[in-house]
Amino acid sequence: MGIEQKTGEMGAVTLRLEQAVNWARTNAMWPMLFGLACCAIEMMSAQASNYDMSRFGMELMRASPRQSDLMIVAGRVSRKMAPVLRRLYDQMPAPKWVIAMGDCASCGGIFNNYAIVQGVDEVVPVDVYVAGCPPRPEALIHGILTLHEKVRGETLKTWA
Amino acid sequence: MKENLQPVVSAMIERFSAELREFRGDVTLVISPDKVLEGFQSLRDQYGFDFLEEETAVDYWPEQEPRFHVVYQVYSMKNKLRLGLRVPVSGLSPTAPSIERIYPNANWFEREIWDMFGIRFEGHSDLRRILMPYDWEGHPLRKDYPLGYEEVQFTFDAEEIDRNKPYAKE
Repeated sequence: MGIEQKTGEMGAVTLRLEQAVNWARTNAMWPMLFGLACCAIEMMSAQASNYDMSRFGMELMRASPRQSDLMIVAGRVSRKMAPVLRRLYDQMPAPKWVIAMGDCASCGGIFNNYAIVQGVDEVVPVDVYVAGCPPRPEALIHGILTLHEKVRGETLKTWA
Repeated sequence: MKENLQPVVSAMIERFSAELREFRGDVTLVISPDKVLEGFQSLRDQYGFDFLEEETAVDYWPEQEPRFHVVYQVYSMKNKLRLGLRVPVSGLSPTAPSIERIYPNANWFEREIWDMFGIRFEGHSDLRRILMPYDWEGHPLRKDYPLGYEEVQFTFDAEEIDRNKPYAKE
């Protein structure tokens, strides 16, 4: 029995437009390829074979902000880097989301001083904060799944 | 002190009225700012110190006057000798002579010292900030520079601090 018969027997699937769009968005989220400090190492291992983030449709990191819709801020953001980060965010096409990965990106972490931005939410709007110094790959994957849940809850009204 | 360093040190003391400091085998000469250029010129040309290993600065405010010391380390590849030099510099807008013409790699060292301590180097070819953004105000490694501290949130003041935090807009 071929696949045509199998899918043919399943017939039509009915669902709301919101669900279809959100399903597509969450299952092919393309993060931007960029890391700022030691958290980036954990981000890399989250994508490598041991933890394998591609199980959630995220194996593809894009080196260009124009092709990505998720920004994982992995590491501390210095005041000199902040305008660059904001510019990258502005270059990403909507809809776009931001994950602040680790304590430094979330709140400044141990660097409570003049040189480090005290939380990347002063520069870009953050959707999910992942705690840890650095967070383990599981924690990052949990953060991404939390973001997926948030995106699945989006309605037509949120897009408008 | 190594015995082949001895003639260099005595010549420097004699010619440039340097002051000798020795600590656990490290030899340092304190020399006044107006004699820096001649001093390094003769160190490089006559005594074979062909490599500027390090140039940095220290701020001793408020304990000492002059408050800044510019610290140099030179090395002689030929004689395997290492010598330290210190130049005391004072004031709120301190200046020191640039040794970039003698050791070209001093360029970035001196830019960093200007950035971090605000010591202006006379005769430097391109004295810009190197670490901090170009529009930054102040020199962060000075002892009187404010740390720029954000208040830590506790249960009793978390909301208050959160209200004043400059969150980014969309």
